[in-house]
Amino acid sequence: MADFFFNTNLGMLLVIIGQILLVVVPLLVALAFLMYADRKIWAAVQMRRGPNVVGVFGLLQSFADFGKYIVKEIVVPAGADKAVFFMAPMVTLVMSLIAWAVIPFNDGWVISNVNVAILYVFAVSSLEVYGVIMGGWASNSKYPFLGSLRSAAQMISYEVSIGLIIIGIILSTGSMNFSAIVDAQRGSYGLLNWYWLPHFPMLILFFISALAETNRPPFDLPEAESELVAGYQVEYSSTPFLLFMIGELTAVVLMCALIALMFFGGWLSPIPGLPDGIFWMIAKMGLVFFFFAMVKAITPRYRYDQLMRLGWKVFLPFSLIWVVFVAFAAKFDWFWGVYARWAVGG
Amino acid sequence: MTVFAFYLFALSVIAGGFFTVVSRNPVHSVLWLILSFLSAAGLFVLLGAEFVAMLLIIVYVGAVAVLFLFVVMMLDVDFAELKAEMAKYMPLALLIGLVILMQFVMAFGAWESNTAAQSLRTQVVPVDRHNTEALGMILYDQYFLLFQLSGLILLVAMIGAIVLTLRHRGDVKRQDVIAQMMRDPAKAMELKDVKSGQGL
Repeated sequence: MADFFFNTNLGMLLVIIGQILLVVVPLLVALAFLMYADRKIWAAVQMRRGPNVVGVFGLLQSFADFGKYIVKEIVVPAGADKAVFFMAPMVTLVMSLIAWAVIPFNDGWVISNVNVAILYVFAVSSLEVYGVIMGGWASNSKYPFLGSLRSAAQMISYEVSIGLIIIGIILSTGSMNFSAIVDAQRGSYGLLNWYWLPHFPMLILFFISALAETNRPPFDLPEAESELVAGYQVEYSSTPFLLFMIGELTAVVLMCALIALMFFGGWLSPIPGLPDGIFWMIAKMGLVFFFFAMVKAITPRYRYDQLMRLGWKVFLPFSLIWVVFVAFAAKFDWFWGVYARWAVGG
Repeated sequence: MTVFAFYLFALSVIAGGFFTVVSRNPVHSVLWLILSFLSAAGLFVLLGAEFVAMLLIIVYVGAVAVLFLFVVMMLDVDFAELKAEMAKYMPLALLIGLVILMQFVMAFGAWESNTAAQSLRTQVVPVDRHNTEALGMILYDQYFLLFQLSGLILLVAMIGAIVLTLRHRGDVKRQDVIAQMMRDPAKAMELKDVKSGQGL
């Protein structure tokens, strides 16, 4: 039996499909509840009740929404480029899902344990911009096009500083593999060994860049309701719109997973002595998602020029200086070697 | 499995390249080009050069092709006119293509690989380290100076582009962000108690 699954092509294909389902199905179910949590947190901050009708405490609200989206009519603009129009939401969803192939949830719990995992995630998230551009262009309408141009420019700008922050983490670890990055944060002081402490300024920069990269408030300019209706999604309805929505939220959860892995030690336990495990990883992702939701509730929207200024004139120089600093600190073992984990952890 | 993946990627590289050329719509051309890039990255992964594959995606697909797409979407080109223009040069293009094809046939017809090259091919990467490390060793240790020089050339090109396009205009009002943030409400506005029935 084991021989069939690990030595024949068909068996290996079945194993891979099984692994993919094992990640994607819980992820999508979790997404429904995260969407609900997002709205509940938002509502709580504004002293509203939020969704509370469908199911107990409104827990099934997201499923009701999904069902409603699916049964609605698909409207295609007359001048639309049909093929590209329908490809755009699929690209968004697929790109946000395939990144999960290299995200480990526990020691060894990963579909593909590649050496360049962190670069892979970065590459895939840089492809997400195509869903936005294609959607805006194919709609053949002015508002979506303007919205998609804004959004694409924004995503590209913040990718630069995200890349530089990632380089800092890679320098400290000496590897691009997520398991190695988490292992490098292991130590006898529990949560004080994690990267959030030595790389603290970058944690804040990465969090804000992640907000901009995923078009979350306060950087949700492409869908700034007051001037652009709904950005590149204006012409989308029904299932294609649902795909866009799920794709965006998956990208947000992916950023939560990245922050948990890179700065908060992934599946490592925060208190020395407690067992490590997947529940820590999920708890950390949940905590980061809570902050994403809180930011949505409590910050006013940025103006577009402020957003660009922040990305290019503040984040980029700062993260560049930080890379140089980390490189020197790691090379010459400054600060008791906290920046050179490959030397300590092996 | 690997063979199947290879033919899949190889086929989509060729298909992507083919449709890049024949597409009527330039935006479709760029999208096919992106497919071609992605499949080439897949081929790199199959070769075991995963770092190069990721760089190809990040640099070419994630940045360069996005700029292509921006430019192409913004251009207002008359495609019919462009087609007519292209038809004019078709015989010349066919001739050049034919010459290059002949050269390839002649060159590769008599081509055989050196026996010494065979052993080199299997020794691309040292066995004990993966290719990201190997690339780093070569680029930053062995060819450190050349690497720095090429960086300098890029920097000069960038500064040159900025110098060529930058014009300072005196008649444009610009925002000074620092000045805006340093404004003091006490100095910026004045509160007056206006009596009813009286102006200021």
